[in-house]
Amino acid sequence: MSRARTAWLFLTPALLVLGVFFFVPVLGALGLSLTDYDLYALADLRNLRFVGLHNYWELLQRPLFWTALGNTFYFVVVGVPLSIGASLGTALLLNSPLARMKSFHRTVLFAPVVTTVVAVAVIWRYLFNTRYGLVNHALAVLGLNPVDWLGDPHWAMPTIIAFAVWKNFGYNMIILLAGLQAIAPELYEAARIDGASRWRQFRHITLPMLRPTMVLVMVLTVAGYFQLFAEPYVMTEGGPLQSTVSILYLMYDDGFKWWNFGVASAVAFALFGIILAVTVLLLRLTRRGATA
Amino acid sequence: MNPRLARWLVNGALFGCAAVAVLPLLWMLSASLMPAGSASSLPPPLLPAQPTLDNYRALFARAGMGRYLLNSLVISGAIAALALVCNLMAGYAFAKLRFAGRERLFRALIGALLIPAQVAMLPLFLLLKYAGLINSYAGAIVPGMATLFGIYLVREFARSVPDELLEAARIDGAGEWRIFVQIMLPLLKPIMVTLTVFTFLAAWNDFMWPLIVLTGQEHYTLPLALASLAREHSEDTELMMAGSVVTVLPVLVLYLALQRHYLQGLLLGSVKG
Repeated sequence: MSRARTAWLFLTPALLVLGVFFFVPVLGALGLSLTDYDLYALADLRNLRFVGLHNYWELLQRPLFWTALGNTFYFVVVGVPLSIGASLGTALLLNSPLARMKSFHRTVLFAPVVTTVVAVAVIWRYLFNTRYGLVNHALAVLGLNPVDWLGDPHWAMPTIIAFAVWKNFGYNMIILLAGLQAIAPELYEAARIDGASRWRQFRHITLPMLRPTMVLVMVLTVAGYFQLFAEPYVMTEGGPLQSTVSILYLMYDDGFKWWNFGVASAVAFALFGIILAVTVLLLRLTRRGATA
Repeated sequence: MNPRLARWLVNGALFGCAAVAVLPLLWMLSASLMPAGSASSLPPPLLPAQPTLDNYRALFARAGMGRYLLNSLVISGAIAALALVCNLMAGYAFAKLRFAGRERLFRALIGALLIPAQVAMLPLFLLLKYAGLINSYAGAIVPGMATLFGIYLVREFARSVPDELLEAARIDGAGEWRIFVQIMLPLLKPIMVTLTVFTFLAAWNDFMWPLIVLTGQEHYTLPLALASLAREHSEDTELMMAGSVVTVLPVLVLYLALQRHYLQGLLLGSVKG
Protein backbone atom coordinates (compact mmCIF):
# COMPACT_ATOMS: atom_id res chain seq x y z
CA MET A 1 0.00 0.00 0.00
CA SER A 2 2.64 2.50 1.08
CA ARG A 3 4.86 1.29 -1.80
CA ALA A 4 2.21 2.22 -4.31
CA ARG A 5 1.82 5.62 -2.72
CA THR A 6 5.57 6.18 -2.95
CA ALA A 7 5.48 5.23 -6.61
CA TRP A 8 2.80 7.79 -7.36
CA LEU A 9 4.71 10.46 -5.44
CA PHE A 10 7.76 9.75 -7.59
CA LEU A 11 5.65 9.90 -10.73
CA THR A 12 3.81 13.10 -9.83
CA PRO A 13 6.26 15.75 -11.12
CA ALA A 14 6.71 14.13 -14.54
CA LEU A 15 3.05 13.23 -14.98
CA LEU A 16 2.01 16.71 -13.95
CA VAL A 17 4.34 18.32 -16.49
CA LEU A 18 3.35 15.93 -19.28
CA GLY A 19 -0.32 16.22 -18.42
CA VAL A 20 -0.54 19.99 -18.20
CA PHE A 21 1.89 20.85 -20.99
CA PHE A 22 1.33 17.97 -23.41
CA PHE A 23 -1.73 15.76 -22.98
CA VAL A 24 -4.20 18.51 -22.09
CA PRO A 25 -2.97 20.71 -24.99
CA VAL A 26 -3.28 17.77 -27.41
CA LEU A 27 -6.91 17.33 -26.39
CA GLY A 28 -7.25 21.09 -26.52
CA ALA A 29 -6.01 21.08 -30.11
CA LEU A 30 -8.71 18.59 -31.01
CA GLY A 31 -11.26 20.91 -29.41
CA LEU A 32 -9.80 24.02 -31.04
CA SER A 33 -9.92 22.41 -34.46
CA LEU A 34 -13.72 22.25 -34.10
CA THR A 35 -14.02 26.00 -33.44
CA ASP A 36 -13.41 29.21 -35.38
CA TYR A 37 -10.87 30.45 -32.81
CA ASP A 38 -9.18 33.48 -34.41
CA LEU A 39 -7.90 36.96 -33.63
CA TYR A 40 -11.36 38.05 -32.41
CA ALA A 41 -11.66 35.11 -30.06
CA LEU A 42 -8.14 35.80 -28.84
CA ALA A 43 -9.30 39.29 -27.86
CA ASP A 44 -12.65 38.18 -26.41
CA LEU A 45 -13.68 34.56 -25.88
CA ARG A 46 -17.35 35.44 -26.49
CA ASN A 47 -16.54 35.60 -30.20
CA LEU A 48 -15.75 31.88 -30.20
CA ARG A 49 -18.11 29.60 -32.10
CA PHE A 50 -18.32 25.83 -32.49
CA VAL A 51 -18.11 24.97 -36.18
CA GLY A 52 -17.92 21.16 -36.17
CA LEU A 53 -15.82 19.72 -38.95
CA HIS A 54 -15.97 22.92 -40.98
CA ASN A 55 -12.21 23.63 -40.64
CA TYR A 56 -11.33 20.18 -41.97
CA TRP A 57 -13.79 20.56 -44.82
CA GLU A 58 -12.33 23.97 -45.73
CA LEU A 59 -8.84 22.49 -45.62
CA LEU A 60 -9.74 19.92 -48.27
CA GLN A 61 -10.83 22.70 -50.59
CA ARG A 62 -7.78 24.85 -50.06
CA PRO A 63 -5.14 24.58 -52.81
CA LEU A 64 -2.30 25.61 -50.44
CA PHE A 65 -3.08 22.68 -48.13
CA TRP A 66 -2.69 20.25 -51.03
CA THR A 67 0.50 22.01 -52.11
CA ALA A 68 1.90 21.69 -48.57
CA LEU A 69 0.81 18.06 -48.42
CA GLY A 70 2.43 17.35 -51.78
CA ASN A 71 5.67 19.11 -50.81
CA THR A 72 5.84 17.24 -47.50
CA PHE A 73 5.25 13.87 -49.19
CA TYR A 74 7.91 14.74 -51.78
CA PHE A 75 10.34 15.46 -48.93
CA VAL A 76 9.46 12.19 -47.14
CA VAL A 77 9.28 9.88 -50.16
CA VAL A 78 12.58 11.06 -51.65
CA GLY A 79 14.36 12.12 -48.46
CA VAL A 80 13.81 9.05 -46.29
CA PRO A 81 15.23 6.43 -48.73
CA LEU A 82 18.22 8.68 -49.53
CA SER A 83 18.78 9.32 -45.85
CA ILE A 84 18.61 5.66 -44.85
CA GLY A 85 20.69 4.71 -47.88
CA ALA A 86 23.44 7.10 -46.75
CA SER A 87 23.17 5.76 -43.19
CA LEU A 88 23.41 2.14 -44.34
CA GLY A 89 26.27 2.88 -46.73
CA THR A 90 28.39 4.60 -44.11
CA ALA A 91 27.47 1.99 -41.46
CA LEU A 92 28.65 -0.79 -43.82
CA LEU A 93 31.90 1.09 -44.48
CA LEU A 94 32.49 1.60 -40.75
CA ASN A 95 31.75 -2.06 -40.10
CA SER A 96 34.14 -3.29 -42.78
CA PRO A 97 37.20 -5.11 -41.41
CA LEU A 98 39.26 -3.20 -43.97
CA ALA A 99 38.35 0.23 -42.56
CA ARG A 100 40.99 2.21 -40.68
CA MET A 101 40.59 4.93 -38.03
CA LYS A 102 37.05 3.84 -37.32
CA SER A 103 36.34 5.91 -34.22
CA PHE A 104 37.67 9.05 -35.90
CA HIS A 105 35.38 8.51 -38.89
CA ARG A 106 32.42 7.71 -36.69
CA THR A 107 32.91 10.92 -34.73
CA VAL A 108 33.20 13.05 -37.86
CA LEU A 109 30.27 11.41 -39.68
CA PHE A 110 28.03 11.90 -36.66
CA ALA A 111 29.00 15.55 -36.10
CA PRO A 112 26.28 17.09 -38.35
CA VAL A 113 23.60 15.42 -36.19
CA VAL A 114 24.48 17.41 -33.06
CA THR A 115 24.71 20.74 -34.88
CA THR A 116 21.90 23.30 -34.72
CA VAL A 117 19.53 23.04 -37.71
CA VAL A 118 19.20 26.80 -38.05
CA ALA A 119 22.95 27.42 -38.00
CA VAL A 120 23.84 24.76 -40.55
CA ALA A 121 20.89 25.70 -42.76
CA VAL A 122 22.38 29.19 -42.90
CA ILE A 123 25.71 27.67 -43.98
CA TRP A 124 24.00 25.73 -46.76
CA ARG A 125 22.25 28.85 -47.95
CA TYR A 126 25.64 30.38 -48.70
CA LEU A 127 27.21 27.22 -50.08
CA PHE A 128 24.30 26.94 -52.52
CA ASN A 129 24.25 30.66 -53.34
CA THR A 130 23.79 31.10 -57.09
CA ARG A 131 26.59 33.63 -57.61
CA TYR A 132 29.18 33.11 -54.90
CA GLY A 133 28.39 29.62 -53.59
CA LEU A 134 31.10 26.97 -53.64
CA VAL A 135 28.71 24.40 -55.09
CA ASN A 136 28.09 26.37 -58.26
CA HIS A 137 31.79 27.19 -58.39
CA ALA A 138 32.54 23.46 -58.36
CA LEU A 139 30.00 22.97 -61.17
CA ALA A 140 31.71 25.71 -63.16
CA VAL A 141 35.07 24.00 -62.71
CA LEU A 142 33.49 20.85 -64.14
CA GLY A 143 32.18 22.91 -67.04
CA LEU A 144 28.52 22.77 -65.97
CA ASN A 145 26.03 25.62 -65.88
CA PRO A 146 25.21 27.24 -62.53
CA VAL A 147 21.93 26.26 -60.86
CA ASP A 148 19.69 28.64 -58.94
CA TRP A 149 19.42 26.08 -56.11
CA LEU A 150 17.12 27.83 -53.67
CA GLY A 151 15.52 30.24 -56.13
CA ASP A 152 14.21 27.76 -58.69
CA PRO A 153 10.95 25.99 -57.71
CA HIS A 154 12.25 22.75 -59.23
CA TRP A 155 15.52 22.81 -57.31
CA ALA A 156 14.54 24.24 -53.92
CA MET A 157 13.08 21.01 -52.49
CA PRO A 158 15.91 18.78 -53.77
CA THR A 159 18.38 21.18 -52.14
CA ILE A 160 16.49 20.97 -48.85
CA ILE A 161 16.44 17.17 -49.15
CA ALA A 162 20.21 17.10 -49.73
CA PHE A 163 20.61 19.27 -46.65
CA ALA A 164 18.38 17.01 -44.53
CA VAL A 165 20.27 13.89 -45.64
CA TRP A 166 23.60 15.52 -44.75
CA LYS A 167 22.26 16.70 -41.38
CA ASN A 168 20.55 13.46 -40.30
CA PHE A 169 22.23 10.38 -41.80
CA GLY A 170 24.64 10.02 -38.87
CA TYR A 171 21.85 9.24 -36.41
CA ASN A 172 20.62 6.13 -38.20
CA MET A 173 24.19 5.22 -39.09
CA ILE A 174 24.94 4.67 -35.39
CA ILE A 175 21.80 2.55 -34.92
CA LEU A 176 22.43 0.47 -38.05
CA LEU A 177 26.11 0.05 -37.14
CA ALA A 178 25.07 -1.46 -33.80
CA GLY A 179 22.68 -3.72 -35.72
CA LEU A 180 25.48 -4.83 -38.04
CA GLN A 181 27.83 -5.52 -35.15
CA ALA A 182 25.19 -7.72 -33.52
CA ILE A 183 25.18 -10.16 -36.46
CA ALA A 184 27.10 -13.31 -35.49
CA PRO A 185 30.37 -13.59 -37.46
CA GLU A 186 29.82 -17.37 -37.71
CA LEU A 187 27.07 -16.72 -40.24
CA TYR A 188 29.51 -15.04 -42.62
CA GLU A 189 32.10 -17.71 -41.86
CA ALA A 190 29.67 -20.44 -42.92
CA ALA A 191 28.65 -18.54 -46.03
CA ARG A 192 32.27 -18.07 -47.06
CA ILE A 193 32.94 -21.78 -46.66
CA ASP A 194 29.96 -22.45 -48.90
CA GLY A 195 31.53 -20.10 -51.45
CA ALA A 196 28.92 -17.33 -51.29
CA SER A 197 30.02 -14.06 -52.90
CA ARG A 198 30.18 -10.77 -51.01
CA TRP A 199 26.99 -9.59 -52.66
CA ARG A 200 25.11 -12.79 -51.76
CA GLN A 201 26.34 -12.58 -48.19
CA PHE A 202 24.96 -9.04 -48.03
CA ARG A 203 21.69 -10.04 -49.67
CA HIS A 204 21.05 -13.23 -47.68
CA ILE A 205 22.69 -12.59 -44.31
CA THR A 206 23.18 -8.88 -43.68
CA LEU A 207 19.84 -7.57 -44.95
CA PRO A 208 17.59 -10.20 -43.31
CA MET A 209 19.43 -9.96 -39.99
CA LEU A 210 19.24 -6.17 -40.11
CA ARG A 211 15.54 -6.18 -40.85
CA PRO A 212 14.14 -5.39 -37.36
CA THR A 213 16.59 -2.49 -36.99
CA MET A 214 15.71 -1.25 -40.48
CA VAL A 215 11.98 -1.25 -39.71
CA LEU A 216 12.58 0.75 -36.54
CA VAL A 217 14.85 3.23 -38.31
CA MET A 218 12.36 3.64 -41.14
CA VAL A 219 9.38 4.30 -38.87
CA LEU A 220 11.32 6.84 -36.78
CA THR A 221 12.75 8.61 -39.82
CA VAL A 222 9.42 8.83 -41.65
CA ALA A 223 7.74 10.31 -38.57
CA GLY A 224 10.61 12.77 -38.16
CA TYR A 225 10.68 13.84 -41.81
CA PHE A 226 6.95 14.57 -41.82
CA GLN A 227 7.73 17.28 -39.26
CA LEU A 228 9.68 19.41 -41.73
CA PHE A 229 9.74 23.03 -40.58
CA ALA A 230 13.01 24.78 -39.67
CA GLU A 231 14.74 24.02 -42.98
CA PRO A 232 12.25 25.83 -45.25
CA TYR A 233 11.76 28.53 -42.60
CA VAL A 234 15.44 29.43 -42.72
CA MET A 235 16.46 28.47 -46.26
CA THR A 236 13.51 29.48 -48.45
CA GLU A 237 10.70 30.92 -46.31
CA GLY A 238 8.40 28.46 -48.06
CA GLY A 239 9.24 29.73 -51.53
CA PRO A 240 9.92 30.00 -54.37
CA LEU A 241 6.29 29.80 -55.56
CA GLN A 242 5.36 27.94 -52.36
CA SER A 243 7.42 24.96 -53.52
CA THR A 244 8.81 24.34 -50.02
CA VAL A 245 5.76 25.09 -47.86
CA SER A 246 5.42 22.03 -45.59
CA ILE A 247 2.42 21.04 -43.47
CA LEU A 248 4.01 22.41 -40.31
CA TYR A 249 5.01 25.58 -42.12
CA LEU A 250 1.37 26.02 -43.04
CA MET A 251 0.33 25.36 -39.45
CA TYR A 252 2.81 27.95 -38.20
CA ASP A 253 1.65 30.57 -40.70
CA ASP A 254 -2.05 29.94 -40.08
CA GLY A 255 -1.58 29.93 -36.34
CA PHE A 256 1.10 32.44 -35.47
CA LYS A 257 1.05 34.79 -38.45
CA TRP A 258 -2.70 34.99 -39.08
CA TRP A 259 -3.87 33.84 -35.62
CA ASN A 260 -6.39 31.39 -37.06
CA PHE A 261 -5.97 28.85 -34.27
CA GLY A 262 -8.99 26.80 -35.28
CA VAL A 263 -7.75 26.24 -38.82
CA ALA A 264 -4.16 25.72 -37.67
CA SER A 265 -5.27 23.06 -35.17
CA ALA A 266 -7.06 21.23 -37.96
CA VAL A 267 -3.80 21.29 -39.95
CA ALA A 268 -1.92 19.91 -36.92
CA PHE A 269 -4.41 17.10 -36.47
CA ALA A 270 -4.34 16.29 -40.17
CA LEU A 271 -0.55 15.88 -39.84
CA PHE A 272 -0.98 13.64 -36.78
CA GLY A 273 -3.52 11.52 -38.64
CA ILE A 274 -1.20 11.17 -41.65
CA ILE A 275 1.80 10.19 -39.50
CA LEU A 276 -0.31 7.64 -37.61
CA ALA A 277 -1.73 6.15 -40.82
CA VAL A 278 1.66 5.94 -42.54
CA THR A 279 3.27 4.35 -39.45
CA VAL A 280 0.56 1.70 -39.20
CA LEU A 281 0.81 1.06 -42.94
CA LEU A 282 4.60 0.68 -42.76
CA LEU A 283 4.38 -1.75 -39.85
CA ARG A 284 1.70 -3.78 -41.67
CA LEU A 285 3.70 -3.92 -44.89
CA THR A 286 6.95 -4.90 -43.20
CA ARG A 287 5.22 -7.55 -41.10
CA ARG A 288 3.56 -9.08 -44.12
CA GLY A 289 6.92 -9.02 -45.92
CA ALA A 290 8.50 -10.90 -43.02
CA THR A 291 6.02 -13.79 -43.08
CA ALA A 292 6.02 -14.08 -46.88
CA MET B 1 38.68 -8.55 -55.73
CA ASN B 2 42.26 -7.67 -55.07
CA PRO B 3 42.43 -7.14 -51.26
CA ARG B 4 44.71 -4.14 -51.63
CA LEU B 5 42.30 -2.46 -54.02
CA ALA B 6 39.37 -3.28 -51.73
CA ARG B 7 41.15 -1.64 -48.81
CA TRP B 8 41.79 1.47 -50.90
CA LEU B 9 38.16 1.62 -52.00
CA VAL B 10 36.72 1.23 -48.49
CA ASN B 11 39.03 3.78 -46.90
CA GLY B 12 38.75 6.17 -49.82
CA ALA B 13 34.96 6.09 -49.60
CA LEU B 14 35.11 6.62 -45.83
CA PHE B 15 37.39 9.63 -46.16
CA GLY B 16 35.17 11.01 -48.90
CA CYS B 17 32.04 10.72 -46.75
CA ALA B 18 33.81 12.20 -43.73
CA ALA B 19 34.95 15.12 -45.88
CA VAL B 20 31.40 15.80 -47.06
CA ALA B 21 30.20 15.67 -43.45
CA VAL B 22 32.77 18.09 -42.11
CA LEU B 23 33.61 20.46 -44.99
CA PRO B 24 30.55 22.72 -44.58
CA LEU B 25 31.50 23.15 -40.92
CA LEU B 26 35.13 23.93 -41.76
CA TRP B 27 34.03 26.44 -44.40
CA MET B 28 31.81 28.08 -41.79
CA LEU B 29 34.82 28.51 -39.52
CA SER B 30 37.00 29.78 -42.34
CA ALA B 31 34.42 32.26 -43.67
CA SER B 32 33.78 33.59 -40.17
CA LEU B 33 37.40 34.75 -40.09
CA MET B 34 37.27 36.59 -43.42
CA PRO B 35 37.06 40.39 -43.60
CA ALA B 36 33.52 41.62 -44.29
CA GLY B 37 32.54 41.24 -47.94
CA SER B 38 35.46 39.08 -49.04
CA ALA B 39 33.54 35.77 -49.09
CA SER B 40 31.38 37.19 -51.86
CA SER B 41 34.02 37.42 -54.55
CA LEU B 42 34.93 35.28 -57.52
CA PRO B 43 36.37 32.72 -57.38
CA PRO B 44 34.93 32.13 -53.87
CA PRO B 45 37.86 31.95 -51.43
CA LEU B 46 38.35 28.82 -49.32
CA LEU B 47 40.60 30.39 -46.72
CA PRO B 48 40.75 33.95 -45.36
CA ALA B 49 43.61 35.93 -46.92
CA GLN B 50 43.96 37.91 -43.67
CA PRO B 51 42.18 36.17 -40.81
CA THR B 52 40.32 38.59 -38.55
CA LEU B 53 38.07 38.43 -35.50
CA ASP B 54 36.14 41.55 -36.59
CA ASN B 55 32.96 39.58 -37.29
CA TYR B 56 32.91 38.18 -33.78
CA ARG B 57 33.52 41.64 -32.35
CA ALA B 58 30.68 43.04 -34.42
CA LEU B 59 28.38 40.23 -33.30
CA PHE B 60 28.94 40.77 -29.62
CA ALA B 61 29.26 44.56 -29.70
CA ARG B 62 26.50 45.47 -32.17
CA ALA B 63 24.22 42.45 -32.61
CA GLY B 64 23.90 41.61 -28.91
CA MET B 65 25.17 38.06 -29.30
CA GLY B 66 26.24 37.89 -25.65
CA ARG B 67 22.64 38.27 -24.56
CA TYR B 68 21.44 35.50 -26.89
CA LEU B 69 24.24 33.22 -25.74
CA LEU B 70 23.20 33.82 -22.14
CA ASN B 71 19.51 33.18 -22.98
CA SER B 72 20.42 29.89 -24.64
CA LEU B 73 22.54 28.84 -21.68
CA VAL B 74 19.86 29.73 -19.12
CA ILE B 75 17.00 28.04 -20.99
CA SER B 76 18.89 24.89 -22.01
CA GLY B 77 20.53 24.59 -18.61
CA ALA B 78 17.24 24.91 -16.74
CA ILE B 79 15.50 22.41 -19.03
CA ALA B 80 18.36 19.91 -18.65
CA ALA B 81 18.38 20.22 -14.85
CA LEU B 82 14.61 20.10 -14.30
CA ALA B 83 14.03 17.33 -16.83
CA LEU B 84 16.78 15.31 -15.15
CA VAL B 85 14.94 15.40 -11.80
CA CYS B 86 11.47 14.63 -13.21
CA ASN B 87 12.65 11.89 -15.58
CA LEU B 88 14.89 10.20 -13.01
CA MET B 89 12.08 9.99 -10.46
CA ALA B 90 9.50 8.75 -12.95
CA GLY B 91 11.86 6.32 -14.67
CA TYR B 92 12.85 4.86 -11.31
CA ALA B 93 9.20 4.45 -10.29
CA PHE B 94 8.39 2.65 -13.54
CA ALA B 95 11.41 0.37 -13.18
CA LYS B 96 11.53 -0.46 -9.50
CA LEU B 97 8.37 0.50 -7.61
CA ARG B 98 5.38 -1.81 -7.94
CA PHE B 99 1.90 -0.36 -8.26
CA ALA B 100 -1.35 -1.34 -9.91
CA GLY B 101 -1.53 -0.41 -13.60
CA ARG B 102 2.19 0.28 -13.92
CA GLU B 103 2.75 -1.53 -17.21
CA ARG B 104 -0.43 -0.17 -18.74
CA LEU B 105 0.43 3.41 -17.84
CA PHE B 106 3.94 3.00 -19.19
CA ARG B 107 2.72 1.54 -22.46
CA ALA B 108 0.25 4.40 -22.83
CA LEU B 109 3.06 6.93 -22.36
CA ILE B 110 5.25 5.19 -24.93
CA GLY B 111 2.33 5.09 -27.36
CA ALA B 112 2.02 8.86 -26.97
CA LEU B 113 5.48 9.18 -28.56
CA LEU B 114 3.62 8.90 -31.86
CA ILE B 115 1.92 12.25 -31.29
CA PRO B 116 4.02 14.98 -32.90
CA ALA B 117 4.93 17.61 -30.29
CA GLN B 118 3.70 20.38 -32.60
CA VAL B 119 0.08 19.24 -32.17
CA ALA B 120 0.20 20.58 -28.60
CA MET B 121 1.78 23.92 -29.50
CA LEU B 122 -1.28 26.01 -30.38
CA PRO B 123 -3.27 25.29 -27.18
CA LEU B 124 -0.04 25.44 -25.19
CA PHE B 125 0.50 28.96 -26.49
CA LEU B 126 -3.01 29.95 -25.33
CA LEU B 127 -2.49 28.26 -21.97
CA LEU B 128 0.74 30.15 -21.37
CA LYS B 129 -0.82 33.36 -22.64
CA TYR B 130 -3.56 33.17 -20.01
CA ALA B 131 -0.87 32.31 -17.44
CA GLY B 132 1.15 35.35 -18.51
CA LEU B 133 4.21 33.33 -19.51
CA ILE B 134 4.52 34.31 -23.17
CA ASN B 135 7.89 35.91 -23.89
CA SER B 136 9.52 34.71 -20.67
CA TYR B 137 12.22 32.18 -19.84
CA ALA B 138 9.60 30.14 -17.98
CA GLY B 139 7.45 29.85 -21.11
CA ALA B 140 10.35 28.32 -23.01
CA ILE B 141 11.32 26.03 -20.13
CA VAL B 142 8.15 24.54 -18.63
CA PRO B 143 7.04 22.26 -21.51
CA GLY B 144 10.50 20.64 -21.53
CA MET B 145 10.63 19.78 -17.83
CA ALA B 146 9.76 16.11 -18.43
CA THR B 147 10.11 14.00 -21.58
CA LEU B 148 8.67 10.64 -22.59
CA PHE B 149 12.01 9.68 -24.11
CA GLY B 150 13.89 10.54 -20.91
CA ILE B 151 11.55 8.50 -18.73
CA TYR B 152 11.96 5.57 -21.09
CA LEU B 153 15.75 5.91 -21.03
CA VAL B 154 15.96 5.94 -17.22
CA ARG B 155 13.56 3.00 -16.89
CA GLU B 156 15.59 0.88 -19.31
CA PHE B 157 18.75 1.60 -17.37
CA ALA B 158 17.30 1.34 -13.85
CA ARG B 159 15.82 -2.10 -14.55
CA SER B 160 19.31 -3.60 -14.51
CA VAL B 161 19.72 -2.70 -10.82
CA PRO B 162 19.05 -5.85 -8.72
CA ASP B 163 15.92 -5.67 -6.54
CA GLU B 164 17.79 -7.34 -3.65
CA LEU B 165 19.87 -4.21 -3.18
CA LEU B 166 16.75 -2.10 -2.59
CA GLU B 167 15.05 -4.78 -0.48
CA ALA B 168 18.06 -5.04 1.79
CA ALA B 169 17.94 -1.30 2.41
CA ARG B 170 14.20 -1.50 3.14
CA ILE B 171 14.77 -4.26 5.68
CA ASP B 172 17.40 -2.05 7.31
CA GLY B 173 14.64 0.50 7.72
CA ALA B 174 15.73 3.06 5.12
CA GLY B 175 12.96 5.37 3.87
CA GLU B 176 11.95 5.34 0.21
CA TRP B 177 13.45 8.75 -0.46
CA ARG B 178 16.74 7.75 1.13
CA ILE B 179 16.85 4.57 -0.93
CA PHE B 180 16.38 6.64 -4.08
CA VAL B 181 18.99 9.25 -3.19
CA GLN B 182 21.65 7.12 -1.48
CA ILE B 183 21.42 3.80 -3.31
CA MET B 184 19.75 4.39 -6.63
CA LEU B 185 21.21 7.72 -7.76
CA PRO B 186 24.88 6.66 -7.49
CA LEU B 187 24.07 3.63 -9.64
CA LEU B 188 22.25 5.80 -12.16
CA LYS B 189 25.18 8.17 -12.67
CA PRO B 190 26.03 7.05 -16.22
CA ILE B 191 22.46 7.51 -17.42
CA MET B 192 22.30 10.87 -15.64
CA VAL B 193 25.22 12.13 -17.72
CA THR B 194 23.68 10.72 -20.91
CA LEU B 195 20.28 12.20 -20.20
CA THR B 196 21.70 15.62 -19.33
CA VAL B 197 23.74 15.80 -22.52
CA PHE B 198 20.76 14.65 -24.59
CA THR B 199 18.29 17.13 -23.11
CA PHE B 200 20.73 20.00 -23.15
CA LEU B 201 21.60 19.49 -26.82
CA ALA B 202 17.95 19.09 -27.81
CA ALA B 203 16.99 22.26 -25.92
CA TRP B 204 19.93 24.20 -27.36
CA ASN B 205 19.04 23.22 -30.92
CA ASP B 206 15.27 23.56 -30.52
CA PHE B 207 13.70 26.08 -32.84
CA MET B 208 9.94 25.91 -33.31
CA TRP B 209 8.71 26.23 -29.72
CA PRO B 210 11.10 29.06 -28.77
CA LEU B 211 10.14 30.80 -32.03
CA ILE B 212 6.50 30.67 -30.95
CA VAL B 213 6.80 31.55 -27.29
CA LEU B 214 9.73 34.00 -27.24
CA THR B 215 8.24 36.97 -29.05
CA GLY B 216 10.70 39.66 -27.95
CA GLN B 217 14.32 39.95 -29.05
CA GLU B 218 15.56 40.29 -25.48
CA HIS B 219 14.59 36.65 -24.87
CA TYR B 220 15.83 35.19 -28.16
CA THR B 221 17.93 32.05 -28.01
CA LEU B 222 20.85 31.68 -30.45
CA PRO B 223 18.88 29.81 -33.17
CA LEU B 224 16.15 32.48 -33.07
CA ALA B 225 18.66 35.31 -33.21
CA LEU B 226 20.44 33.61 -36.09
CA ALA B 227 17.24 33.05 -38.06
CA SER B 228 16.26 36.67 -37.57
CA LEU B 229 19.77 37.91 -38.49
CA ALA B 230 19.64 35.74 -41.59
CA ARG B 231 16.52 37.58 -42.72
CA GLU B 232 17.96 41.07 -42.04
CA HIS B 233 21.64 40.61 -42.85
CA SER B 234 21.56 37.96 -45.55
CA GLU B 235 24.28 39.83 -47.48
CA ASP B 236 26.77 39.70 -44.60
CA THR B 237 28.09 36.18 -45.20
CA GLU B 238 31.05 36.49 -42.83
CA LEU B 239 28.98 37.91 -39.97
CA MET B 240 26.38 35.15 -40.38
CA MET B 241 29.09 32.48 -40.34
CA ALA B 242 30.53 33.90 -37.13
CA GLY B 243 27.03 33.70 -35.68
CA SER B 244 26.76 30.07 -36.78
CA VAL B 245 30.10 29.28 -35.16
CA VAL B 246 28.95 30.78 -31.85
CA THR B 247 25.75 28.72 -32.05
CA VAL B 248 27.27 25.40 -33.11
CA LEU B 249 30.60 25.41 -31.30
CA PRO B 250 29.26 24.84 -27.74
CA VAL B 251 27.26 21.78 -28.76
CA LEU B 252 30.07 20.38 -30.89
CA VAL B 253 32.50 20.71 -27.99
CA LEU B 254 30.02 19.11 -25.61
CA TYR B 255 29.50 16.26 -28.07
CA LEU B 256 33.23 15.70 -28.55
CA ALA B 257 33.81 15.70 -24.80
CA LEU B 258 30.95 13.37 -23.92
CA GLN B 259 30.56 11.43 -27.15
CA ARG B 260 30.49 8.00 -25.53
CA HIS B 261 27.61 8.94 -23.24
CA TYR B 262 25.66 10.55 -26.03
CA LEU B 263 25.91 7.59 -28.39
CA GLN B 264 25.08 5.18 -25.56
CA GLY B 265 21.86 7.03 -24.89
CA LEU B 266 21.01 7.03 -28.56
CA LEU B 267 21.43 3.25 -28.75
CA LEU B 268 19.67 2.53 -25.46
CA GLY B 269 16.80 4.70 -26.63
CA SER B 270 16.28 3.08 -29.99
CA VAL B 271 17.70 -0.42 -30.42
CA LYS B 272 15.82 -1.97 -27.55
CA GLY B 273 12.65 -0.15 -28.52
